[in-house]
Formats: sequence, C-alpha cells, structure tokens
Amino acid sequence: MEIAKMTALEMARGIRQGDFTCVDAVQAVLGQIEQKDGDINAYITVMKEEALQRAADVQKEIEAGGYADSPLAGVPISVKDNICTKGVKTSCASQILGDFAPVYNATVIERLEKAGAVIIGKLNMDEFAMGSTTETSFYGPTKNPWDTDRVPGGSSGGAAAAVAAGEAMIALGSDTGGSIRQPASYCGVTGLKPTYGTVSRYGLIAYASSLDQIGPVGKDAADCAALMDIIRGKDERDGTSLALTGGSLLAGLSTDIKGMKIGLVAECFESEGLDPAVASAVQGMAEQLKALGAEVETVHLPFLDYVIPAYYIIAAAEASSNLSRFDGVKYGFRAKEYDGLVDLYEASRSEGFGFECKKRILLGTFVLSSGYYDAYYKKALQAKAVIKERFDEIFEKYDLILCPTAPTTAPKLGQSLQDPLKMYLSDIFTVSVNIAGLPGLSVPCGFDEAGLPIGGQLIGNRLAEDKVLKAGFAYQSVTDYHKQWAPCDKTGGQQ
Amino acid sequence: MNWEIVMGLEVHVELATKSKIFCSCTTAFGGAPNTHCCPVCMGMPGTLPVFNEQVLDYALKAGVALNCEITRYNKFDRKNYFYPDLPKAYQISQLYLPFARNGAVEIETKAGSKTIRIHEIHMEEDAGKLIHSPFGDATYPDYNRCGVPLIEIVSEPDFRSAEEVLAYLAKLKSTFEYLGISDVKMEEGSMRADVNLSVRPVGSETFGTRTEMKNINSFKSIERAIAFESKRQIELLEAGEKVVQQTRRWDENKGKTFSMRSKEDAQDYRYFPEPDIPPLRVSEETLTKIKNEQPEFAGEKAERYVRDYGLAKEDAQIIAASKHLAKLFDDTVAISPYPKEIRYWMLSEILYFINEKGLKADNIGFSAEKFAAFIEIMAADRVNKPTGKIIFEEMLKTGDAFDIEGYIKANQLEQVDDGDLIQKTVREVIAANPKTVEQYKNGQTKVLGFFVGQTMKALGGKAKPESVNRYVKEELDTL
Repeated sequence: MEIAKMTALEMARGIRQGDFTCVDAVQAVLGQIEQKDGDINAYITVMKEEALQRAADVQKEIEAGGYADSPLAGVPISVKDNICTKGVKTSCASQILGDFAPVYNATVIERLEKAGAVIIGKLNMDEFAMGSTTETSFYGPTKNPWDTDRVPGGSSGGAAAAVAAGEAMIALGSDTGGSIRQPASYCGVTGLKPTYGTVSRYGLIAYASSLDQIGPVGKDAADCAALMDIIRGKDERDGTSLALTGGSLLAGLSTDIKGMKIGLVAECFESEGLDPAVASAVQGMAEQLKALGAEVETVHLPFLDYVIPAYYIIAAAEASSNLSRFDGVKYGFRAKEYDGLVDLYEASRSEGFGFECKKRILLGTFVLSSGYYDAYYKKALQAKAVIKERFDEIFEKYDLILCPTAPTTAPKLGQSLQDPLKMYLSDIFTVSVNIAGLPGLSVPCGFDEAGLPIGGQLIGNRLAEDKVLKAGFAYQSVTDYHKQWAPCDKTGGQQ
Repeated sequence: MNWEIVMGLEVHVELATKSKIFCSCTTAFGGAPNTHCCPVCMGMPGTLPVFNEQVLDYALKAGVALNCEITRYNKFDRKNYFYPDLPKAYQISQLYLPFARNGAVEIETKAGSKTIRIHEIHMEEDAGKLIHSPFGDATYPDYNRCGVPLIEIVSEPDFRSAEEVLAYLAKLKSTFEYLGISDVKMEEGSMRADVNLSVRPVGSETFGTRTEMKNINSFKSIERAIAFESKRQIELLEAGEKVVQQTRRWDENKGKTFSMRSKEDAQDYRYFPEPDIPPLRVSEETLTKIKNEQPEFAGEKAERYVRDYGLAKEDAQIIAASKHLAKLFDDTVAISPYPKEIRYWMLSEILYFINEKGLKADNIGFSAEKFAAFIEIMAADRVNKPTGKIIFEEMLKTGDAFDIEGYIKANQLEQVDDGDLIQKTVREVIAANPKTVEQYKNGQTKVLGFFVGQTMKALGGKAKPESVNRYVKEELDTL
C-alpha cells in the first residue's frame, strides 16, 4: 500500500513494525506536497529540513523502544497556521503578522512532540480564521482536491484539503463557528470540534476566545480519536481548560452503538438553502445508524434563525479586541509611511489586515460601542444562554444529535465572497455547537451528482467526545465514503 | 461668595504578590527594561492570561478592611484602547461585577471624625511604561510593569478639604501596610491617586462641573494640586466663565495642572466580559477566613496604647499609624515594663532618624530585645539622656551586634551622681569664672546654664543633669 494513502494509525503501525521508517513516511508526504501543492495551495510553510531531521531522531527513539504508549509516534502532522510553532513562521494567513515566528510552542505542539509526532508544515486558512472558504488568506486560496475550481471550505481549508489530497496524514485545525467541520464536509474527510475547554488554547492565536477550539482533521474517526488522546486535557496555561476524566478515546471506540438515542434535527431539513442531495445523504446516514442499532427520532432546534446573528455578534466583538494587539508596534507588519503614533496604528492596520478581517473588526467595534452594547452584545449572550438550555433539554433524552454539517457541497471559487450573507448562512448548522460549547464531528456520508463530498454532523453533550467518535467510527465501519480519493483536478470528482 | 470644594478619589494600589496577576513573572520594582516579562505579560499572539489566586486573596483583605460588600461571583472585563505601553491593546479590569462595593472608611481630621464612602474596588492589571529618548525622536516601551496586580479604590465624592484627602490616603496606606498587601510607596508608584474635583457655592446641593487630575505622586503634591485646581476653578466661575469637564495633568515642577483631554475626546473603552478567565467565586469559608485574619489596625491599636499604657492620644496615633513602629512598640512593651520610656525614644529618636536621616521604619537595625535592654539602662538612670542619645545612635548603626554594656564600660559612660564630686566641681567652675558670677549677682540668671555646661564638660558629660542643676543653683545662691 502506498504510504501516503494509509491512515495515520496504519502508518504508525507500519513504522513500529519496521515496514518502513519515520523518514520514509515524512518523505512520502513531502513527495505528495511537492507533487500536488502547486495546484492545491494547502500549505503556507513546509518544514522540509526540520521534519526530516526530526524524523531521523524520532526513528532512533522508536528503535530504542521509545514512544511505546503513543499510537501516532513517527507520523507527520500538519498544523493550521494560527497555532504557534516555536521559531517557525505563524502567520494566521495574514499580512499583518509578516514573518512572525513565536518564541514558544502552543501546548498542543508540545504534547504532539512528546508523543513522537513530526510537525511537517503550516497550513493555509482564512485570514485569522475569518471566512468559510479559505479565500481570505493573504497567501491565496486553497483549492478543493475534489474539484480545483471549488473552495475547500474554511477556515481550516488547508487542513481539510491537505488530508483529502494525501498531502497530510492528519492535521490540527481550529473551529470557531464550523471551521473544522465545514471544510471536512466539503473535502470528504473527518473533523472533530471538541467540547470547549477540552483542548488547551494556549498558543492558538485567538479569533473569538469563547468559541475557539483546536481539533483534529483526519481520514477517519479513529485517527481523530488518536490525535485527541494526545492533545486533550487540562493545561495550567489556559484558565478555561477543563480537567478530564475517563480513559482513551481511541481505546473506547467500537461498532456497538445499539440503543444509542440519536435525534435528527427537523428544522435542518426545512431550511431554505438546503441542497436536496445533502438532505438525502444525511437521511441515509440516519438509516445506516438505525441499521447499526441506534434509535433515531426527530428533535427540534427552534432557534436556528438566531444562531447566525448571535454568533457573528459574539465572534466579531471578541475578534475586534483580540486583533487589536496587531498594531504595528511590536512585531509583524508596520506601514512604511506614517506620521505619528495614531497614524502608525491606522496605516499599519489598514494595510496589514485584509477586507474580511477589517469588516469583522468594524462590526465587533460597533456592537461593543457605548450605547449599543445592550442592544447587541448583551442580547447575543442572552441568545447563547437560550441555545445552551435547549441543547441541555435535548441531551436529557438523547445521546447524540444528527444534522448536516453544511447546507450544500463546496461552492465555486469566488462565488461566496460575492454573496457574503450566503457565506455566513453556510455556517447555520455548525455555529450553535460552538455557542453551546459542544463537541461536533463531521463524517463523509455521500456525494452529490457532481461527485462532491457531503458531510453529516454528529453532535454530543459536553465532554461526550467518546459517544460522538464511537458513532462516527461505527458508521465508518459499514461505509466507505471516507475511503474515496480525491482526484486533485477539475473533474468535479467524477472519475 | 464662599465656595465649597467637592472631591472624589480614585486610588490605584499595586498589590505586593510575588508574581504578576496573569503570569509567573516577578512584580519586583525596577529592573533593566523588559527583563521582568514573558510572552503572556507582553501579550504575544496566542498567549492566555491565567489568574493568580493570591491577587484575589490580597484584594479581598483590602475589601474587608474597607468595610465593603464582597461580590461573591465576580469577573473580569476587557477595557479596550490603543497605547504602546499596553501590549494587548486591552487592559483586563473589572467593570460589571467588581469584587467589592459599598464600603466606608473613617477618617480623623482636626474637625473630628468623618466617614468616606467607598463606591467600589476592582482588580486590574497595570500597564507598562514608555521611556522617551533624551537624545532624539524615539520612545521605548518597557513592559516590566505590565501585569503587576492593582486594585483601584473608587470613593464617593465625600471629600471637602485637602486635609480630609490626606487623612484618607494616610489611612489607606496604614491599612494596606498592616494587611501586608502592598508597599504603598507613592514615590515608586505603588500607590497613585487621581483626584476628581469640583467647586460649588457653600449651601448648594448640586455638584459643579468636575475635572480629574492625574500624575500626582506624593502627599505633598496632592495638597498643592488641590490648592491650585480649586483656585483655578473658583477664579473661572467668579469671572463668569465655565469649568470644562476634562482630565488634567499635574505638573510638579510648574505647580500647575494642564488639560490632557476633554469629555468630547473621551475614549469609548468598549468593555465586555473577559472570555479567557472564568468568573471568580468567593466562598463563605474564604470570606470568614479573611475576616478572622484581619489584623489590629491603627485606630484600635492607638486606643489600646492610650488605655493600657497611658500614652497621649496623639503619641499613640503616631506610633500606631506605622505597622513597623507599632510592632517594635508592641514587642518591646511585651518584655519591658517602661512604656513611656519606650514611647520617648521612639518618638524622639526613631522618628527623627526616619524624618531627617532616611531611616526606613521597616528596616530598624535592632530587635525589641536589644531595645528593651537599652530602655532598662535608661529607666535605671545609669546614663544620662545626652549620653543615651549617643548610645542609641551607636545601637542604630551596629544593630543587634551592638554590646551596650561593653560600650558603656569602654567609654566610661555611667552617670555620675556623686554629690561631693559634683559639688566640688561646681565650686571649681565658680572660682574660675568670677566675671560671670558677677553677672549672675546682677540678676542675669540665664548665665546659670553656662555654669551647668562647664560643670558637665568638666565631668565628661556624664553627670546627672538634675543634680548638676541643683548644685549650681545652691552654690551660686549661697555666695
């Protein structure tokens, strides 16, 4: 079997068994990047030299019996470019960070290194994770490997596209309103947004602090579970991180989901912009889960109309504050010409940020302004409380909620930015999960007539990653949508 | 027209926790620029603040001491503004739910006692400092102070004179010193006061337009700034003009306030709840513990000194105002039965060295045991007062290693109270100064001091002054 087509767990087993070395693995993935990334543009930085050096060290360690407890030892891992990597450019796909290289590693990076993973490169994304298409990147758009005329989704578009194209074995993305799940859906890969507080945010350059979570993007649920086992858990450097109980998510996977109660969200299927192909694929997924022994019933999420406005108010407000530190004074981009301090700020920020960032900074600044706080931000927080309550009610009776990840398959490049409201609405099924701080998993569950992948989303109660992944794993054990390979051309997936 | 000054105070106090409020960097004052900082307090991308629980402990101590209601569920908010000394471009502070509200502080002035109401106290992080190059058009940020924990104590507009303001600040300083939660040094900026001031005709119920004065960094400056600003406002009003609501900077060298910004360009700080720090909960248990651990403060101490040791109220208040002086007094009276003798040496000598010679109250070189041994010698009249001062000074210099007995012996300082010797010496002095004796006889009694001085000198300064006085007078009068 071609090394780069393995799952991450298969690759790790191959290395441990001596079928090939960690260096071979890294070289195989670097080969894929070299071959395909000219078309896909999934990477901002490829760490070729560092990765090969590190692979040699890890190989020695494995041969000496090291990393015995780590099921991903030796596997190359790609990281979204908003996660800090010591000494390696971390740009958030924005001009304003310039060639900024952090002086420290994010907690997730430290944990990966301790587990014997090899960081191989930094992935493209929407600028500061603001966007649903990876088109707002200063480094140009990433293309969807199923049809390179289409977007990969976003903001973790680089992560989803790289995994789909075989340019990454597994990747770390971040999800604020659907940024892992929606691109996973568009690219036919598996992505998990963990419960808020499960994975340390230390070293994740913040977009919206109360919503951001780092999570895995992989070929299947098992790979995601393995990566979660490494990165999750309490971190003293993140005050919002939670102490976790329970054992390994990977070890807890099984195909036995008999009696699991799953609620299928009625409102999603009544939603105006829903593609019929998506509707039937997700209903098919429900049938398949039923066949596995789950009980599927209809549930209601009557607040769907309010989630988008509430999300954009909270996210933009926090972003306007989080992005203020990029002022041209300390690091990154500074305008060449300015007259005095205020002009230094204005010129550097006007030139350094892209259009979408500026739009959200302005929106956030507006909703927090004196006299508007109560009308917008406070109302959005009230909506958040209502949404949480409704989910709590559902999870009293159900183990999981099933709905589409996104209303459609991947749109053409350029289409979404012309109609931003439509782009914002594409987050409708994902943002409520962030607002309520829940775990959500997108798994491939079909293709439309054009051959583009469709994702189904499994949502769990707080800290119910185990159930979410188990259902995804069981589903993938009887389906092969996740095993299809993207053509990496303009065929639209029709081979 | 007679005018009344109305003032409210915003006092910032740096808490003396070992590490900063949101990271483990030291809070030590000074240090080479940008050496007391890390990615967190420098606001580097991706870093997160983690709350130092000791800050809440210190803050609660202050809140309880100032008789506040403690907010059991309090949280942080972000105050957003751009300035190069603020690397995150927001300050983490408390707006919506400050940890303490509705307190009260009793102050005493010549007019009697008065209650100053506390509106609220909140926690926040300090900002850095900007250093302007003396050589050219450049400014350098120093982030050492970023993240040093502060509490801001906001009073109601209850002050009517500079004297009240100073009494309040002295009370806060003493209280925080007793609690051990701050260095409370205005000169190092660990205690800073902004004064909101307006004036109105005496008898008026409504407030005038106020100004806020910043950059006042000593007790003396506060008095001057209040005098200047109230005069400025009264002159404006008497000339038929209006006071403009604005923030004014006190210039210590010029002795004037200058406009910094007016209400129209006031910034909109866009406060919102800090998402990176979970809300803080104060349990009943914590609060009870803090209440039980409150020390005896200056007021109660002074009363006790008057009651138990018979000290004059004013003397007792001076000693009690300083935690360190009070500790020395308490520790010494515990092992020495001479409270008034102790009071004498503290108020005359120690206070003199503190006020005139830069002695620090927290760094007096000798222990209570050593001080008690000295007091014992003084109380037993073994050396006279002037000699006592010499010994005291040596004791201050050398500290506990100073051997009082050895010093007295080596320098033969024991008081001379041998009547025959003193009488003999007085007679010698009188015999040697016939002209001065004539003056005395002609009614110039002030020359008595001359004979006392000469006799003391002849006896090496060690004679008992009372005895010398007596013999000089006796001998002169019998001539």
